Amino acid sequence: MSAMPTVITGVIGADAHIIGNRIIQKVLEKEGFKVVGLGALTPADDFIKAAIETDAAAIIISSLYGHAELDCDGFRGKCDEAGLQNILLYIGGNLAVGRHDFEVTRQSFESMGFNRVYPPTADLHDFVSDLKKDLGLGD
Amino acid sequence: MELTLLIDFGSTYTKVTAVDLAAERVVASAKGPTTVQTDIMVGLDLALSSLEQQLGQKPVYGRRLACSSAAGGLSMVTIGLVPELTAEAAKRAALGAGAKVVKVYAYQLNSKEVSEIESITPDIVLLSGGTDGGNKSVITANASALASSKVKAPIVVAGNKAVQDEVTATLRGGGKDVRVTDNVMPEIGVLNVEKAREVIREVFIDHIVMAKGLKKAEEFVEGILMPTPTSVLNAAGLLARGTDSEAGIGEMMIVDIGGATTDVHTAARGTPTGSGVLLKGLPEPFLKRTVEGDIGMRYSVAGIIDAVGIESLAGSAGLPAEKVEAYLGKIGEDVSYLPQTPEEWSIEVCLAGAGVETAAVRHAGTLENVFTPLGEIAVQHGKDLREIPTVIGTGGVIVYNRRPREILQKALYGQERPFSLRPVQPRLYVDDLYLLYAIGLLAEVDRDKALRIGKKYLREL
Repeated sequence: MSAMPTVITGVIGADAHIIGNRIIQKVLEKEGFKVVGLGALTPADDFIKAAIETDAAAIIISSLYGHAELDCDGFRGKCDEAGLQNILLYIGGNLAVGRHDFEVTRQSFESMGFNRVYPPTADLHDFVSDLKKDLGLGD
Repeated sequence: MELTLLIDFGSTYTKVTAVDLAAERVVASAKGPTTVQTDIMVGLDLALSSLEQQLGQKPVYGRRLACSSAAGGLSMVTIGLVPELTAEAAKRAALGAGAKVVKVYAYQLNSKEVSEIESITPDIVLLSGGTDGGNKSVITANASALASSKVKAPIVVAGNKAVQDEVTATLRGGGKDVRVTDNVMPEIGVLNVEKAREVIREVFIDHIVMAKGLKKAEEFVEGILMPTPTSVLNAAGLLARGTDSEAGIGEMMIVDIGGATTDVHTAARGTPTGSGVLLKGLPEPFLKRTVEGDIGMRYSVAGIIDAVGIESLAGSAGLPAEKVEAYLGKIGEDVSYLPQTPEEWSIEVCLAGAGVETAAVRHAGTLENVFTPLGEIAVQHGKDLREIPTVIGTGGVIVYNRRPREILQKALYGQERPFSLRPVQPRLYVDDLYLLYAIGLLAEVDRDKALRIGKKYLREL
């Protein structure tokens, strides 16, 4: 039995930008996580279903096309409903359309129940160390 | 001359086929009633004496192999966690093992559901749930619920391996007969149904044959090796892939329309035929079987009407709706009624065509155009069967019909449903001699010969 937790990742909604998400998947695998990659064009419900079946510790969502707020509407509530009360929710990418203040976007997603929100320029090392910290794994 | 005898104990008829394996020749075939309620041997003896009459002598039988769907076939209940994931994987494993899946359960069972399973009295329960290392609590709870239930059926455990020992111990503690096998879905997006199929088949041979009043037949035949749908699926696999020394006939679809149900089997990869198509959903097994319990020519004719509507059916038969209704009344009163007039034949052919179309549409994959801010993207669910080269029809209404092509063509791709990925231009065959089950059984003896016999006797339309 692997001691490392399972995480779910994919690109949400009608977004086909898969490359960034694949890089995240590779980085997490290299760090020893068990990664379930759902790929592009993944409906919100599919993240939740996969998390239930695999007893995942975190859901890591990518979005690049600017419509993530619509796609993630009610996501935390759905997780609660599905019995995933303690699951970590991360999202990163180009989360709003046009020029915008990322702090506003961050607050907006945090208020939707996301634990961590990353801009497109985020350093993946920081992301991995956040994830480990949040999961109590230590570096 | 020593003959190989192949037997199918069907739900209504017991079919027998005598094959001269050395000459790769079907010598004779016959049928009798299936008499499982009284003594299975009565119907078999009738079929065998009819066979002897055709042969003009008492033959010497070498191998004697049988399959069976008598006494309700192999009825199963499957249990998983998420409906679209392990619950679906378990259902597919059971269908691939030739079972009739009576009900599929997801999430934690409640007491009402447990009582329902008790009253269904399935032949086998397939218990799955959780990927390997994934969710443990639901399958464990379901095992406890089954352990303390009155369910007597053998339970095949094919769930999260991390709790396999615990689940098995719980069920055995409740006095259940437990078989353990690999997880039907070890990881998200990975379907692993072969091992579960094998175990289901073992349980079928060990237990079900006895329980179904077929034991007596086992004194005459060497063994009832598998449920009938499994032998048909085996035949599909053999005919499609071929063997090391004999080429197959390529990927195929088999449509089997019966009185109560319609089975569709494909031996095909079903990967996208176009470029730039995104594949979503569970992966598809090469050998796939779906069963439509609401589509059949007699007991389930109402399902065909529900699916296409009486007006459209009457339109395609070129007859007024009242005539179609009158015919439906006749076959409703007497399920053994066969068409007597050209008009009745037209209705029968249109009913069969509509049944075949509905079943093929449900089996085949779909292509959906998703409009995204980046443009249009084609998303495929299920199998793309558009380029498969062969479709075989079987079942009474196709075999005993002068217009089988009209019926089978309804299984094909049509402009009216452009997103249903059915075969576009395959060669059409009819299983005139009811040989598919026999080929599946013969494959257990000699795969090369079984394949050559199949290629020789399936009739191209």
